Amino acid sequence: MNRRKLAIYVHIPFCVKKCLYCDFLSAKGTAAEKQEYVDALIKEIEYYGLDDSDLNSQYEVATVFFGGGTPSILEAAQIGRILEAIRNRFNMVSCDVPVDKQGVNNTDGSGMAAVAEITIECNPGTATKEKLQAWKEMGINRISIGLQSANDDELKHLGRIHNYQEFLDTYNWAREAGFENINIDLMSAIPGQTLESYSQTLEKVIKLKPEHISSYSLIVEEETPFYDIYGEDKESTATVNIKGEVVPQSQMGADMQLWPDLPDEDTEREMYYLTDQLLRGAGYHRYEISNYSMDGYECAHNKSYWDGTEYIGFGLGASSYIKNIRYSNTDDWYKYIGACNNKGNAQNQPYYVGAGDYSEDDDFEEELEASRSLSREEFGQILLAEKYHEAIQLMSVNEQMEEFMYLGLRMMKGISKEEFRSRFHKNIEEVYGTAIDKLRSEGLLDVEADVIRLTAKGIDVSNRVLANFLL
Amino acid sequence: MSNFDQSKIRNFCIVAHIDHGKSTLADRIIEKTGLLTEREMQEQVLDNMDIERERGITIKAQTVRTVYKANDGEEYIFNLIDTPGHVDFNYEVSRSLAACDGAILVVDAAQGIEAQTLANVYLALDHNLDVFPVINKIDLPSAEPQRVIDEIEDVIGLEAQDAPLISAKNGIGIEDVLEQIVHKIPAPVGDVDAPLKALIFDSLYDSYRGVIIFCRLMDGCVKKGTTIKMMATGAVCDVVEVGTFGAGSFMPCDELKAGMVGYITASIKNVKDTAVGDTVTDANNPCAEALPGYKEVKSMVYCGMYPADSAKYEDLKDALEKLQLNDASLYFEPETSIALGFGFRCGFLGLLHLEIIQERLEREYNLDLVTTAPGVIYRVYKTNGDMIELTNPSNLPDPSEIEHMEEPIVTAEIMVTTEYLGAIMQLCQERRGKHLGMDYMEETRVLLKYEIPLNEIIYDFFDALKSRSRGYASFDYELKGYEKSELVKLDILINKEEVDALSFIVHKESAYERGRRMCERLKEEIPRHMFEVPIQAAIGGKVIARETVKAVRKDVLAKCYGGDISRKKKLLEKQKEGKKRMRQIGNVEIPQKAFMSVLKLDED
Repeated sequence: MNRRKLAIYVHIPFCVKKCLYCDFLSAKGTAAEKQEYVDALIKEIEYYGLDDSDLNSQYEVATVFFGGGTPSILEAAQIGRILEAIRNRFNMVSCDVPVDKQGVNNTDGSGMAAVAEITIECNPGTATKEKLQAWKEMGINRISIGLQSANDDELKHLGRIHNYQEFLDTYNWAREAGFENINIDLMSAIPGQTLESYSQTLEKVIKLKPEHISSYSLIVEEETPFYDIYGEDKESTATVNIKGEVVPQSQMGADMQLWPDLPDEDTEREMYYLTDQLLRGAGYHRYEISNYSMDGYECAHNKSYWDGTEYIGFGLGASSYIKNIRYSNTDDWYKYIGACNNKGNAQNQPYYVGAGDYSEDDDFEEELEASRSLSREEFGQILLAEKYHEAIQLMSVNEQMEEFMYLGLRMMKGISKEEFRSRFHKNIEEVYGTAIDKLRSEGLLDVEADVIRLTAKGIDVSNRVLANFLL
Repeated sequence: MSNFDQSKIRNFCIVAHIDHGKSTLADRIIEKTGLLTEREMQEQVLDNMDIERERGITIKAQTVRTVYKANDGEEYIFNLIDTPGHVDFNYEVSRSLAACDGAILVVDAAQGIEAQTLANVYLALDHNLDVFPVINKIDLPSAEPQRVIDEIEDVIGLEAQDAPLISAKNGIGIEDVLEQIVHKIPAPVGDVDAPLKALIFDSLYDSYRGVIIFCRLMDGCVKKGTTIKMMATGAVCDVVEVGTFGAGSFMPCDELKAGMVGYITASIKNVKDTAVGDTVTDANNPCAEALPGYKEVKSMVYCGMYPADSAKYEDLKDALEKLQLNDASLYFEPETSIALGFGFRCGFLGLLHLEIIQERLEREYNLDLVTTAPGVIYRVYKTNGDMIELTNPSNLPDPSEIEHMEEPIVTAEIMVTTEYLGAIMQLCQERRGKHLGMDYMEETRVLLKYEIPLNEIIYDFFDALKSRSRGYASFDYELKGYEKSELVKLDILINKEEVDALSFIVHKESAYERGRRMCERLKEEIPRHMFEVPIQAAIGGKVIARETVKAVRKDVLAKCYGGDISRKKKLLEKQKEGKKRMRQIGNVEIPQKAFMSVLKLDED
């Protein structure tokens, strides 16, 4: 029987200290809170879709990703318990079953049979030698290390807790522990960065020969300290004190310096082009806007988000996409912990528990019924799920087509017209002919036989390009 | 009104420079004559449109009738006719004055005579009104009543030594004013037995009663049932009701007689039938000739008005029709722009009038408007001998068909302190003003006379005048006539495509500067596209100025994982939504407000 691939994301919302640019869901957390959270998380996993008896005949887990926050902040044993819960509840891709017939994924590097790709994100300063060894033993086979910059001043300006040397320690311990698939996260266009300093970061990282490199251009997100410094205009007129609080220039202490300016738009683009140029020269290929890897080491988990593979997110605020529904868990700590714990007390009705104040919404019900023909069971499941998930969205066919385009086009290989046809039973030209022709004539899209992909220019302004695929 | 006695009537108005306290004095007169209780008194009773109160100006003439018991023991009827206070409404002012027998001149004790003071007082004297001065704001620390009294005598030649010294705001000296109204303003003269002859000085549309005519009876009388005829428009109708004006209310009466001021309703559906300045007479017993001074009101300033949302075209049409019911001087006709779609070419008395209409459309009718640059009426003489009056630059014939063009010229009087004389003269020079002369009002104040093309002052002349004189200069103008002029049509090209809604007519000499400024301003307003967008100003295909909106180099979301997908979609939707508020010209998107920002090129 042919089972669908499933990706599992586990959110660990704890950090030693929040970085100045970070808008992810994370907080410091006490040891007790961490324990409480892991317990809740495990319950959420154990009782996931218990009324769906077909879950394991329909799906098998191809990838697991521990993200954050800082997953490496947890004890190794806590990670182990979570992983065990996943293995108990779900079918994992086993050695007998190829993950992908195209053979893209071969994550243990052995060149033999495929196993599930299991990644953990870690930050220098929290990933000890012992943890790394333990992770390896429990079957984690991919490490993603947040470095961001090899320049210690730049790290300080980002509000990172580590320096370059501490990163090197982590990296070396990971290799010693036997990890053969390592990603390093980098950032460009960060405060005070120059083309030269960025180039040095790239050179240093290339020498380490990680299998995978992600380089993100800094996004100044709202409700971050960086937004207060850089959000309104481009010049920095504020700084950050020792507690990580933003201080207006007028209240700056004598010992504080202005936060350096962000690189200008042209420099930012130069950095972006430099990434591609240097990494390509070093044997990496780019498979997504910000992701590069050596052959055979593309991140299968991240690709799920762009190619329409279904995924379940466990944990506070985690997002899921399954059976054409997108939903997010509540990001309210108390609601989340309460919902997970209640589930444990009412095993037969896992979805009736949780935040009881979620009233049933008639419109939602009607909308669901009208927009899609679901079996009674599936329909029931969605309604129940609403009781503790927030922001549920049932994907209409149009929305599915939109996503197919604007997520798929993030990948350098582009999208396949044939795949569009087989998924939606329509020629892509019928739906997007005008948009494709226009963007092609503007030099933003490449169309070759079956493949449509962004041009280099198209990548630069991809938001504008992709907006054309909204129906 | 059984014991009707013309000698106990006083019909008068108040003239003043803006802000010298005209409306406040009117309020006090109404208050002191006791017709209203204090509780009924709203601030500035006469200005009752919201916009009027906010801007502190009077747009429509208002009238109130009060009863004053004078020191001689007699009761007098005061008809106070409030006049519009802005140069745009000069004709309305003149008709209101014609309805009066006298005027009170209010002069600010600190500021003295200003340009509008002079313009208004001369206008009053031209109508043979008896004018007496009142010195207001005497309680200001900077008040110099004696200096102002001397100034009034020197400059205007009015006897001013016994002028009441008042503070309208604080109610000082008002009795003195009331007594002088009785003694210095003549009673009306008019033959009650002669055929009806009444001057329309305003009208108002009421959805129940139709048009309400505000008039001053010169001769004869009118009552319910009289068949009246408007001598200029020819409209004939039967009177339904006549009456006089309370403060903010209509008080019906049996009959209006010569010398009285009042209103007439006659189921008239359109204010166009009751033109200001027209003469009302008895259709069955008409007077020999109409009152002098009537003229058809002509729009001086034109612009295109378009609904921001093209689906609101009908709404805009309805709104304009409704406004026109009350405002005969508002003109509009449908027009189409390639850039802006369906809209209207609208005509106004002046820029203030335009702004008021625009504001009322937006505020009272909830419409979002795109307004094109205002222009004046140009006369285009064609080689084939035809002459066209051009109100829309897009309709300018091909240059080869044009023999010559003429533009309207105004005579402007500017009052300025010597300190800013240089700056103001320079401004007039820049605006192609022809210096006619200057008079020293006193040592430090000068009255400048210029002839200036109207199209140079309709944009922002008043603002520029104020800013270059720190608010001290005052200004008044009247249309002088048309003069031959070297005019060109300046076109704006965005990404090589001409945008009709941005074209305007300008003097050859100013074209380069205007074109350059337009390009600069548009550069700020037009968002960056994925390609370079050249903005060019051109005359007859020759480019005279250029700016470029740089292409966007980067608009990319670096990260897009599981939790980012919904956000990403919102971002894309926002981008798509933003496009809707844009006007598409070729492949360039222009925000609505870009069309309006070019109106105020002089702002720094």
